[in-house]
Amino acid sequence: MKKTNVLFSLILLVSCSLISFSTYGQRGDGPPNGERKGPPHGGRGPEQTKTLEEIGGYKIGDVATDFSLKNVDGNMVSLADIKNAKGYIVTFTCNECPFAKMYEDRLIELHTKYAPKGYSVIAINPNSIASDKENFEAMKKRAAEKNFPFAYLVDDKQEIFPKYGAVRTPHVFLLDNERKVQYIGAIDNNSRSAKDVTEKYVENAILALEKGEKPTPNLTKAIGCPVKAK
Amino acid sequence: MNFRLLPIALTILFSYGFSTLNSLSNKNTTTTVQTDIPVYNFDELEPLLYTDSKKTYIINFWAMWCGPCIKELPHFQEYQKNNPDVEIIFVSLDFPKDIESRLKPFLKKKGITSKVVLLDDPDSNTWINKIDPNWSGAIPFTIIFNNKERSFHERAFESAIDIEKEVLKTINK
Repeated sequence: MKKTNVLFSLILLVSCSLISFSTYGQRGDGPPNGERKGPPHGGRGPEQTKTLEEIGGYKIGDVATDFSLKNVDGNMVSLADIKNAKGYIVTFTCNECPFAKMYEDRLIELHTKYAPKGYSVIAINPNSIASDKENFEAMKKRAAEKNFPFAYLVDDKQEIFPKYGAVRTPHVFLLDNERKVQYIGAIDNNSRSAKDVTEKYVENAILALEKGEKPTPNLTKAIGCPVKAK
Repeated sequence: MNFRLLPIALTILFSYGFSTLNSLSNKNTTTTVQTDIPVYNFDELEPLLYTDSKKTYIINFWAMWCGPCIKELPHFQEYQKNNPDVEIIFVSLDFPKDIESRLKPFLKKKGITSKVVLLDDPDSNTWINKIDPNWSGAIPFTIIFNNKERSFHERAFESAIDIEKEVLKTINK
């Protein structure tokens, strides 16, 4: 009796470890058994329906267009209106996108720190004003809630963001005093957590311009909300 | 002796049952809403983006905060229904803190039965280019691939037929 019990337990032990092993093998949640998981090999080059070139917009060194867009205070704002500008932090952002929201405080900080040095944040909402969350009234409300110290402009005809090539919010275009594009991309390298940022892309780019140098990197990518066209 | 072995035997029995349950639920992911959403960094996600098999995979990067993404979800569901041999994996770029409170209820409400994983990797400037140098970072973004072919789509699909066309264009060259 004792012996059979021991035997039984042993069988259980062995079968259990076998089963655990086999489930462990499947655990990766990857492709089903027998398929290789790992880095690429073979296959053709990338193909996509719309390339970054087709999205268009400015490249580094291009002269960006000025504009005349309505600010949340009701006044029309152009880059040329900003006196003694050494550059412009043109930022496409919006009301509702969580990424845009996560960067609101950091945009305020950038403006507060660098506007006195000649680099103002000019925020432009590229989204369709058909949405009641993104229309001019909603923008005014958001600007008031956050007490934006910078201009928050509506691209109501949606003509400016395609010229720049803004595809997501937030999307920054740092221009120098001749409106030449010097940096395109994200504000820093951690959207979710300001305290975990290790590279402040826009700030570093401004500091480079201040020293008469070219920013590096001058192009960064980030996940953001797609611009809502009409 | 018997009594000393009893707890061990029970543990073994228990874990046996548990692992069986686990493998059962793994197999059921195609028919029911997923109960566990793994959170990956890019290195953990990357193996899912490649295969050695001829099977067609569709990886869709999306998020609950992305309007066009939500709009195209039903097209993927319809496509999946008509093409059960294709494996669709949704890579959510939502926030890990929202998994229980928002993501799971959302998937349930929408009846998403395909596999869903969450990518939580803040340094997107690095991994976006590793996936596709032509990708700007805007979502929705979709990869269609098997062991030989691969295509990238930085746009929302308009219909299940739209998806099907792109799959045929990619795989049956």
